[in-house]
Amino acid sequence: MSGYEAVIGLEIHAQLLTESKIFCGCSTRFGAEPNTQTCPVCIGMPGVLPVLNRRAVEFTIRTGLALNCTIASYSRFARKNYFYPDLPKGYQISQYELPLCRDGHLEIHAGGVRRRVGITRIHLEEDAGKNIHQKDSSLVDLNRAGVPLMEIVTEPDIRTPTEAAAFMKKLRNILRYLDVCDGNMEQGSLRCDANVSVRPAGSTGLGTKTEVKNINSFRFVEKALAYEIRRQMRVLEEGGRVVQETRLWDPAAGVTVSMRTKEEAQDYRYFPEPDLVPLEVGEEWIEEIRSTLVELPDKKRERFMSEYGLPEYDAEVLTEERAVADWFEEAVRLGGSPKAVSNWMMTELSRLLNETGREIADAPITPAHLVSLLKLIEEGTISGTIAKTVFEEVFRSGREPEVIVREKGLVQITDTGEIERLVDDVLSANPAEVERYRKGEAKLLGFFVGQVMKASKGKANPKLVNELLRRKLS
Amino acid sequence: MRISRGDVEHIARLARLRLTEGEKETYGLQLSDILEYVEKLKELDTSEVDPTSHVIPLSNVFREDLLQGSLSREEALRNAPQAADAFYRVPKIIE
Repeated sequence: MSGYEAVIGLEIHAQLLTESKIFCGCSTRFGAEPNTQTCPVCIGMPGVLPVLNRRAVEFTIRTGLALNCTIASYSRFARKNYFYPDLPKGYQISQYELPLCRDGHLEIHAGGVRRRVGITRIHLEEDAGKNIHQKDSSLVDLNRAGVPLMEIVTEPDIRTPTEAAAFMKKLRNILRYLDVCDGNMEQGSLRCDANVSVRPAGSTGLGTKTEVKNINSFRFVEKALAYEIRRQMRVLEEGGRVVQETRLWDPAAGVTVSMRTKEEAQDYRYFPEPDLVPLEVGEEWIEEIRSTLVELPDKKRERFMSEYGLPEYDAEVLTEERAVADWFEEAVRLGGSPKAVSNWMMTELSRLLNETGREIADAPITPAHLVSLLKLIEEGTISGTIAKTVFEEVFRSGREPEVIVREKGLVQITDTGEIERLVDDVLSANPAEVERYRKGEAKLLGFFVGQVMKASKGKANPKLVNELLRRKLS
Repeated sequence: MRISRGDVEHIARLARLRLTEGEKETYGLQLSDILEYVEKLKELDTSEVDPTSHVIPLSNVFREDLLQGSLSREEALRNAPQAADAFYRVPKIIE
């Protein structure tokens, strides 16, 4: 629908990869048995005091620096008061008027548009527990209560669902590069709420917004926002008014539905947390953290293009994940040609990782294996086709390519006499095709090559096969 | 500053308190008195005073990111008014 444009701002919650919770020494490990990772502090027993986890602060500063934020020299925690069964204390310790980071930005590239999305603030807070709803009661697991969360709030700078998805993907990659969050939306360690409004295209005012919650997969970022924007446009076109409210994304039905609960009671009565002293972050600490920052995806992508001469597409794909980029660089360091390494990684390796659901770091194949394989191809020991079989075998077993080639007798046939015999067999078995080829159907050459390769079980040197076929058919 | 009956009901709802009509009346008056008392403080000139959220001149108290052990589930659930298997059990949450 034209005539309107959307205005989108995101509120992202990222679980920090600390060992222990934000204010106590309980484990943050995902998937533990219910209510086995709690203590008097995180279940809100009377008289206990929270003590701030230093690493959670460092992770947040690290993220702030990576997102071009200003790090507050003075910040403090605040109590956000509300009652809910998964919040044992009756308040959440969060940050309010003095967050740890503010005024940053992240540049995204989506649908041919480059856009700088402002980061309003990043603050630190504790997560709540998990509720399981039953027929006549609800069950509560407090393992997650007190797990450190970073809340990242963007400016309303995003204009399309595609841009929102690109932002989430890029942010996820950065958080993973920084080792501060595993970025798993399905498991809830990265969550995204969106503020959405629409307005006549070209106007600068803001329409009434709704908040869309429960977007718990990358797939749904685009879908949920597209739905909500269409819904608001329809309301306006029918002469209605958008109601400011919270809406839940229902992935099964593919719609957002109004959450008509006590939303009028958003009175959190924030006040400074008396149990925690303020946080003062000096230049020295900031610089210490800055010095540990790794090269981020944008920089790495540019370097991969200039240093290794890779096309932009290759560089983009290879730098999305740090582990993948490191794998690539290790293979090149061991002597692999950058473009050849890139090709194998983006086709065979990526396919096998997808099929087996593995991460590159857990795959049995190593950069050294790929380099050996490339050498075998280059030396003409095996053909490209056979190399794919060997690659798959190495991927599954972690055994040396040379050993697999030797054991399975996969060495390429470069003996002209042997190939000539195969060529003769194929030609005499297909007289009709030979006839048609000679009458000018040149594309049949591919058919003959295929037949010969098949007869050799993929081992014939394709170049020799081509040469011999052309000679014999001329 | 007078607090209306609506304000009292709103605050009671946030605090999950069920008040009788008499209590609403009493608390309304008491809350109004408290606010009036606080209003008096506004007469002071505080333009030269830094906002104070903490009286102890201390900042940056940290713990290192180390595991310190947790309660057993039995211990954790012992004070719960109701528990079911591995969980705290609460009245049904209506979304």
